[in-house]
Amino acid sequence: MSVMLIFLAGIAGVVIWWMAQQRLTSRPWLEVGHVGHPGGGERSPIPPAQIGLYVFLAVVGALFSLFISAYMMRVGTPDWWSTPIPRLLWLNTGALIVSSGAMQWAKTEAQRGRGDPMRAALLAALVTAILFLTGQIFAWRELTQAGYVLADNPANSFFYVITGMHGLHILGGLIALGRTMTRVWNGAVTDRVRLNVSLCATYWHFMLIVWLILFALFAGWANDFADLCRQLLT
Amino acid sequence: MVDIRSGADEVIPLAEVEDVELYHPKSWWTHYVFSQDAKIIAIQYSLTATAIGMVALVLSWLIRLQLGFPGTFNFIDADHYYQFITMHGMIMVIYLLTALFLGGFGNYLIPLMVGARDMVFPYANMLSYWLYLLAVLILAAGFFVPGGPTGAGWTLYPPQAVLSGTPGGQDWGILVMLSSLILFIIGFTMGGLNYVVTVLQGRARGMTLMRMPLTIWGIFTATVMALLAFPALFVACVMMLFDRLLGTSFFMPAIVEMGTQLKQGGGSPILFQHLFWFFGHPEVYIVALPAFGIVSDLISTHARKNIFGYRMMVWAIVIIGALSFVVWAHHMYVSGMNPNFGFFFATTTLIIAVPTAIKVYNWVLTLWRGDIHLTLPMLFALAFIVTFVNGGLTGLFLGNVVVDVPLSDTMFVVAHFHMVMGVAPIMVIFGAIYHWYPKVTGRMLNEAMGQIHFWVTFLGAYLIFFPMHYLGLLGIPRRYHELGETAFIPESAHTLNMFISVMALTVGAAQILFLFNLAWSLKRGRPSGGNPWRATTLEWQTPQTPPAHGNWGKELPVVYRWAYDYSVPGAAEDFIPQNQPGLGMPTREHAS
Amino acid sequence: MAVVLILVILAVGSVVFHLLSPWWWTPIASNWNYIDNTIIITFWITGFVFVAVVLFVAYCVLRFRHRPGNRAAYEPENKKLEVWLASVTAVGVAAMLTPGLFVWNQFVTVPAGATEVEVVGQQWLWSFRLPGANAKLGTSETRAIGDGNALGVNPNDPNGLDDLIIEGGELHLLVDKPVKMLLRSVDVLHDFYVPEFRAKMDMVPGMVTYFWFTPTRTGTFEVLCAELCGTGHPQMRGTVVVDNEADYQAWLEQQQTFTQLLAASQQPTAIASSTSPGK
Repeated sequence: MSVMLIFLAGIAGVVIWWMAQQRLTSRPWLEVGHVGHPGGGERSPIPPAQIGLYVFLAVVGALFSLFISAYMMRVGTPDWWSTPIPRLLWLNTGALIVSSGAMQWAKTEAQRGRGDPMRAALLAALVTAILFLTGQIFAWRELTQAGYVLADNPANSFFYVITGMHGLHILGGLIALGRTMTRVWNGAVTDRVRLNVSLCATYWHFMLIVWLILFALFAGWANDFADLCRQLLT
Repeated sequence: MVDIRSGADEVIPLAEVEDVELYHPKSWWTHYVFSQDAKIIAIQYSLTATAIGMVALVLSWLIRLQLGFPGTFNFIDADHYYQFITMHGMIMVIYLLTALFLGGFGNYLIPLMVGARDMVFPYANMLSYWLYLLAVLILAAGFFVPGGPTGAGWTLYPPQAVLSGTPGGQDWGILVMLSSLILFIIGFTMGGLNYVVTVLQGRARGMTLMRMPLTIWGIFTATVMALLAFPALFVACVMMLFDRLLGTSFFMPAIVEMGTQLKQGGGSPILFQHLFWFFGHPEVYIVALPAFGIVSDLISTHARKNIFGYRMMVWAIVIIGALSFVVWAHHMYVSGMNPNFGFFFATTTLIIAVPTAIKVYNWVLTLWRGDIHLTLPMLFALAFIVTFVNGGLTGLFLGNVVVDVPLSDTMFVVAHFHMVMGVAPIMVIFGAIYHWYPKVTGRMLNEAMGQIHFWVTFLGAYLIFFPMHYLGLLGIPRRYHELGETAFIPESAHTLNMFISVMALTVGAAQILFLFNLAWSLKRGRPSGGNPWRATTLEWQTPQTPPAHGNWGKELPVVYRWAYDYSVPGAAEDFIPQNQPGLGMPTREHAS
Repeated sequence: MAVVLILVILAVGSVVFHLLSPWWWTPIASNWNYIDNTIIITFWITGFVFVAVVLFVAYCVLRFRHRPGNRAAYEPENKKLEVWLASVTAVGVAAMLTPGLFVWNQFVTVPAGATEVEVVGQQWLWSFRLPGANAKLGTSETRAIGDGNALGVNPNDPNGLDDLIIEGGELHLLVDKPVKMLLRSVDVLHDFYVPEFRAKMDMVPGMVTYFWFTPTRTGTFEVLCAELCGTGHPQMRGTVVVDNEADYQAWLEQQQTFTQLLAASQQPTAIASSTSPGK
């Protein structure tokens, strides 16, 4: 469970940092009549949807940390044969990076209020993300055809379950992106559009980071890294 | 620090609070059924939780009938018994307590107490309820599928949960249970995001964090914990579904089941236990923290005194919430995990006792030199203190690793967790219902029925679970369908079991009176007015009772003080509402 | 003042119940009276706190209940009192935790001279394996389970050939000799539980868990399963007999070794067919 505990320590850090600004040591019974101080326990100017997304990403982060924790507890047992990484995964990773970049571009254009380039960028992000998902399915097919089936070995089981879970999250992101795109397709770039595009971009970057960590995990680099840490400590 | 109390009471103009886009129902269906109003969703959550809770109550009767009078009720065979205890436990912990505290009380109280018009994401809030309802229906469907519901115990430990020696293991039971849990978690996450973000971003002007009532602190912290803990159950459920359906071996070691070698191998049952308790222990506090918060407000309001040590109470809630993530393995002292973990987890577990004890001291010190009105909410709050202290102290037995060794898996554990996370939080739920029913319906609950309900429930529950500890001390294991002929169990233990069963049936019957009271008072209860308890918090200051859609009429409230200005020296009344700027000014009258 | 009276009765009654209760732990038959002592310390401390809190609540209700014209005191906090209470609590908690951790250290440290005994759980039966003449248990594996090898002893391990196998029978132990129980399961979780020994531990398929104890008096004790293992869970019983030296040796000589059992199973299955005529 060490991975999950490290993740929680990170969350705890954010919570402590936030709480430190909330005047939790003030004596509220002495402060009658004041309508708060800016940054002194009042709400922040960030839009609720954005905070909601951050909280949701913490939940998703917890989910993947727990999967990785389970993986780490199982990896290396005598019946574990690593699943080979299909070369296609490199291509998929590239597609996801491009997708994330396109989302960032869309966000920048939205902030500048330029509708057409923003729409183009969103479309590029959508297409590359779909490309990623399709690529993942082909990677699965390649593996099953090579005989690496789900129940054969724990390494395969973890690979399919975790990549599947990641794929489902990308799919959920695509639905949100689709909704945003139908909303912005013909309209002007309003504050609301800006917010929606920026939320999608945040989600995209987060899922990219999750994917890169998972990729490193499956490729075995995570183990090398853990070994290195262990050597440094001893 | 500036002391404003004697200073000028400047009235700050109502300004710059942007009003949220409020959703407006267009038809009867979207008003009462597919409603996005947090108050309606709260009532839907509460009624659904109560309904499925009644199923769990009836199951507890059947369990007690079997334990008190073994062999008399032939239809309760071993299979049925294990199905009953599993469903009873799962329903009570997750589908009743979690759903009622967060989905019910959370939805009703958060917007009203922080001065918001509604939750920030009303649509997700509605989806959350419908997913919860679906999860409940699927869970209840477990009784009708081939093989019946799962009988793996509410902990669902593999490998037995998915093998044929357990009811529902190779039938539908376990699949139904896991799917229901997965849906519940998805639904909860949608609701939970709402509760957290509404507390963060929906607060009225002037409602700083340190002016929030402890009810909101409790629900808020519990929700944050639930959002981080439920994924562990989700992961465990998904992996177990794969094991059961697709033959993976996440939790399945090499097994010879009834003489046959199974194909799976290499998996770790302990891994499941880690995941389960990583969720399961915070879950205890997910139920307890809202109860802590609510009971603080009940005691303060009905003792007409500010909660003693408010700051310490807030810090204690946050510290307990944080610590509860590093104690999970105290459920696994005898699970076969590395025994050296015992040192760490025993220490962290007993450290939690300190902030918890501080909370207890502050509750009783609030009573000290108070003006105690022995209303029903106050009586239930007192009952909570007694049962919680009792159950909390037995936790010091089980948390202390070596003491846990003889007591684990005995009736001592059953008695402990029922007292501390069954009886105690339910006392708070009852107290809270007697307290807030007037706000929800505009009428008071019947006092006479309430008194009977209180005394039977409180004393009956104590008489059930206090003696039960001693059965555990004697060594009687839990989850035994029948004790049979066991040399070390004296005849008197069977008599005690019979007594406990009779008490359980009595306490159960009293709940029917309570439900009747809820229905009866809806039409015939005494009209309550807007603020019958003369309380300070915002939900009692709404222009209408019950609060209308949007809660606050034209203007959002502005908050000028903390939630506990009771019996302030020099004030005209013994309470000053949070939205009242001055000190001695007469309370603002509200048309109701 | 019914509330006050009932609260006082509840506090005093709980203590009286504790003192008079006929339901108390079984007479101990192992060295773990340290555990019992830790429980007694815990009872003293927690009992005191419980009675104090409930009586204090009762007093508050009596003294400060609402009367017309009463007004509560105004006291937001009292730092000194809170710090003082927190410190006293911390001391009380430490008084329970410290002896607990010392005893736990003993519990997880197996003494050097302990005899190894293996317990194997399956639905719903206890089996046992003792080291043979070479005083060593052979390795085992669930995959090796088959005819004549119900416990999955590794047939290729020479250490295991002389192991004594007791399938579903009684286990005998020697009094005053520390014993390390090695716990194994072939199907689901079980838990080897003898109330008189106080110690217990789950048995997990795919793992070998352990605990140790020294039986301190002779006698016959019932083994129960303490971890839910399916519908037969309450019926999963066994017997442990603690013997003196002479009785123990006599019992030991009657037991069959792994080699004997393997040989017997390779005979035409005359025994099997004669014992199950119903099939």
